[in-house]
Amino acid sequence: MEKITKIDQLQKRAEEIRYDIVSMIAETGSGHPGGSLSGVDIGTVLFFNEMNYDPHNPTREERDRFILSKGHAAPLLYALLAHASYFERSELKTLRKYKSRLQGHPASLMLPGVEVSTGSLGQGLSISCGIALSGKMDKKNYRVYTLLGDGELDEGQVWEAAMFASHKKLDNLCAIVDRNRLQIDGDTEKVMALEPLKAKWDAFGWHTILIDGHNISDILDAFEEFHSVKNKPTVILAKTVKGKGVSFMENIAGWHGKAPDREQTEQALKEIKARMDA
Amino acid sequence: MKTQDIRPIRDGYGNALLKLGETNPNVLVLDADLSTSTRTNWFAEKFPERFIDVGIAEQNMVDIAAGLSLEGKIPFVTTYGVFVCGRAFDQLRNTVCYSQLNVKIVGSHGGISVGPDGGSHQAIEDIALMRILPHMTVVVPCDHFQAYKATMELAELQGPAYLRLAREATEAITDENSNFEIGKAQILTEGDDCAIFFAGTIGAEVMKAFELLHDKNIFPTIINMHTIKPIDKECIIKYAKKFGKLMTVEEHLQAGGLGSAIAEVLVEEYPVKVKMLAIYDRFGESGQPDVLLDAFGLSAKRICEQVEEFVRE
Repeated sequence: MEKITKIDQLQKRAEEIRYDIVSMIAETGSGHPGGSLSGVDIGTVLFFNEMNYDPHNPTREERDRFILSKGHAAPLLYALLAHASYFERSELKTLRKYKSRLQGHPASLMLPGVEVSTGSLGQGLSISCGIALSGKMDKKNYRVYTLLGDGELDEGQVWEAAMFASHKKLDNLCAIVDRNRLQIDGDTEKVMALEPLKAKWDAFGWHTILIDGHNISDILDAFEEFHSVKNKPTVILAKTVKGKGVSFMENIAGWHGKAPDREQTEQALKEIKARMDA
Repeated sequence: MKTQDIRPIRDGYGNALLKLGETNPNVLVLDADLSTSTRTNWFAEKFPERFIDVGIAEQNMVDIAAGLSLEGKIPFVTTYGVFVCGRAFDQLRNTVCYSQLNVKIVGSHGGISVGPDGGSHQAIEDIALMRILPHMTVVVPCDHFQAYKATMELAELQGPAYLRLAREATEAITDENSNFEIGKAQILTEGDDCAIFFAGTIGAEVMKAFELLHDKNIFPTIINMHTIKPIDKECIIKYAKKFGKLMTVEEHLQAGGLGSAIAEVLVEEYPVKVKMLAIYDRFGESGQPDVLLDAFGLSAKRICEQVEEFVRE
């Protein structure tokens, strides 16, 4: 996979991903735009700069592994995989339809590039621990990345995995928390307070990095820092905006799992297109 | 007459893991702080670098195993059946089975014969929970010889599987040379009076009941249904046709267990009456294993009485 190194080109790719996310959810009339859009910049840097993989050989042993723990952001993963040439972009419009490989939540038996099925929250970090531990046992050089939602951190299993990863010194593991501060029922701090979040991860023995999850340069630096950390896992707490890039969706919990109507779609795509052409 | 061989079925599992440790470098063993009870400590002592104790965290354990299996490892996830099947059910459903991963789940301490620990620790719904999951194979061996063979076979089988073990030392009713094939029922006795299907270590009680029935001139066909899924339909239908009614014995809830699995086959293929000796819609409780088996109608004596009644009705 040829890497994109220029920041403006990564920004442009991120807008292309946003365009496809909104388009596919609108086309099919269902899906999760809010949490897909908040993770776009992180996902773009991961897939087009940070990770090594071969879309023509999705199970190549040396590849870096990506686990979408927040499986409802499937449209984000599908747009990334399509742009990374795992399959044709034209397939994106089959999202959530009968017989489609693009299931509502990622299903690994159906779509190459999806390492494992996700959708039930709180499991991706544990799975990633198993993959990272196997890499350590076999002295492999691959790295493991997993994207978690912040609401997902309510799940106790996440903290079982957090304990395990530092106990086993899994420095080949990088968790990224899409900290958009909204879960389905509202503000994370009102539903189930997560703060002080950095202190929690620190206390669990992780190397913790705080960034602006929409600043490409910040994201690039964070992964660079991850490479240099030894003997402990890394977590990137990425401050993001739910629905980022579509003005009327931003910071509104109601856009967690709702498709835009025709008029809203037009406006959303117009906004994104304007930035793509800028 | 063979000499009595009374050992916990867990020993067969522990020994098989030791063998697999030598023969299959991909086999790993995970436990959740119960390694002395489950016998995984034998493997842990010999192959410490391939043993992972996750602490008391069953959900994490199952998904770590999922991750390991994605990399070609064959993880044997081991703890009490009641904890792994219940607490980690979502992990087993949504990750292991939905992704069809090569994870082996071993639930020790199945049934009420767990004894004094009481209802919280006696898995009596594990077979029901595991057999409803798509892709899952479910094996319930009857003694330590069969547990050994089942473990060795499951290591070779691709895909998720549940192996149910028990706590008590029970009499072996098979031997080293007995045939064992996943999905193929094992006929232990061929008699002309009735057919009794069982699964698990309760087989020792069933075989004792066989001796008692002998004195009453009743000769049952006894079938060890060690594989609950995929179930041996052909065998079930064959004996349904022969006897026109069947009996099942298990240390499990009547809802969803061996008897239910057999009844599901029969109502579609060849409806006959099925008398199920099982636990009816209640939890277990504390007590000595033999006392509990008797109280729940699952001791040799009680099985004998119920078979006699069934045959004579």
